[in-house]
Amino acid sequence: MVDFDNLKNGTELVKRGFAQMQKGGVILDVTTPEEAKIAEEVGAVAVMALEKVPADIRDKGNVARMADPAVVEEIMDAVTIPVMAKCRIGHTMEARILESVGADMVDESEVLTPADPQYHVEKEKFDVPFVCGCRDLGEALRRIDEGAAMIRTKGEAGTGNVMEAVRHMRAVMGKIRELKGKSNEELKNVSREIEAPYYLVKEVAKLQRLPVVNFAAGGIAGPADAALMMNMGADGVFVGSGVFKSENPEERGRAIVEAVNSYAKPDILSEISKNLGKPMSGIDIEEMDEDEKLQNRGW
Amino acid sequence: MDKIIIPGGESTTLCRLLNETSISKEIKKAGKQGKPIFGTCAGLITLAKKGGKKVDKANQKLLGLMDISVDRNAFGRQKKSFETNLDLSFLKKPFPGVFIRAPVITDVGKNVSILGKHQNKIIACQQHNLLATAFHPELVEDNRVYDYFLSI
Repeated sequence: MVDFDNLKNGTELVKRGFAQMQKGGVILDVTTPEEAKIAEEVGAVAVMALEKVPADIRDKGNVARMADPAVVEEIMDAVTIPVMAKCRIGHTMEARILESVGADMVDESEVLTPADPQYHVEKEKFDVPFVCGCRDLGEALRRIDEGAAMIRTKGEAGTGNVMEAVRHMRAVMGKIRELKGKSNEELKNVSREIEAPYYLVKEVAKLQRLPVVNFAAGGIAGPADAALMMNMGADGVFVGSGVFKSENPEERGRAIVEAVNSYAKPDILSEISKNLGKPMSGIDIEEMDEDEKLQNRGW
Repeated sequence: MDKIIIPGGESTTLCRLLNETSISKEIKKAGKQGKPIFGTCAGLITLAKKGGKKVDKANQKLLGLMDISVDRNAFGRQKKSFETNLDLSFLKKPFPGVFIRAPVITDVGKNVSILGKHQNKIIACQQHNLLATAFHPELVEDNRVYDYFLSI
């Protein structure tokens, strides 16, 4: 007989397991069912359903909110791969709505205008898994403590400039390496210094990696950028504006998927990098004001 | 290479990459030579002969080694993903089954033995050297399903 009482949804294992299945893959931002189909066809492991890609959110100013649930539904109907969607930082009800619609993962994202100036969503209480951005190890562990099942480094979304993604990945990986060989007292000091719970600092020191999957995001515009992030230890990449804001989304999307697959093989990378047309137009991050940067959102 | 495991992942992506490289040919050859192959979740789908509507929708080219039909995401989207204790015919005690957007086996050929069911749906089966499960033994510490695979 089937024991229905012992069936459990939304456990940590089930939520982190979903993220595990995305490992080694590329997740693409899409705004229409047609774009979602292209993403599936070129080999994306999932799509992020949005009303506007980050580059356009930057242009428009205004308050950026979760996508219309009808748009998320249309995209879910168009593809077989998982569909993710973004909610505002701290906006528990946007997250509940996206969970109810059936989004496979919710991205509590700094790309949208934050809803809560102090707190993030209590993600542990949801059946749907969450991915959250981080700039360093402390931020990553605070999000995992709140229940995030997946982490992505923030980078600087919508710029086509990989520098911040590199900065954040180095910060996370470097700090993890620093933890190696430290005594419990020393780890407690680190926990205070980076404002992260001791139990997670201890776990990371032992595992020598985050306890969840860690993707790179924010500024990845082509196969070389994607390969760079993979070589730095990313488990996969999110590409926002980089594909559908470029001249030839299909070719570029395919090339990024191949690059993540063959990230350590320059001879293959050189072949797939040929003749991809114009990338998205970039923004020089050094010329941006601090308050223009999306990465500073999140606490 | 003595044995092959095709683990979980996104089966649409897996099938595409398998077919774009020579890996699919090598796996088919190994399977026909009688080498043990184990597919979990997406790996199960790739081993199957027939996919359902969702496999057709994604234009997936399956390896077709096992005489089984599958249905993708048979329990629903991620929020319906679950863990549960499973009774498997080759184990004495229940096994912690983790199902992530999991498929089920909807039909099996004469040479296929059913190793386990959940809610009356087939979630584990074997055809001689080929083993397939809809759940992910790779996500739990319990190694008994692998021990069984290694004994094939």
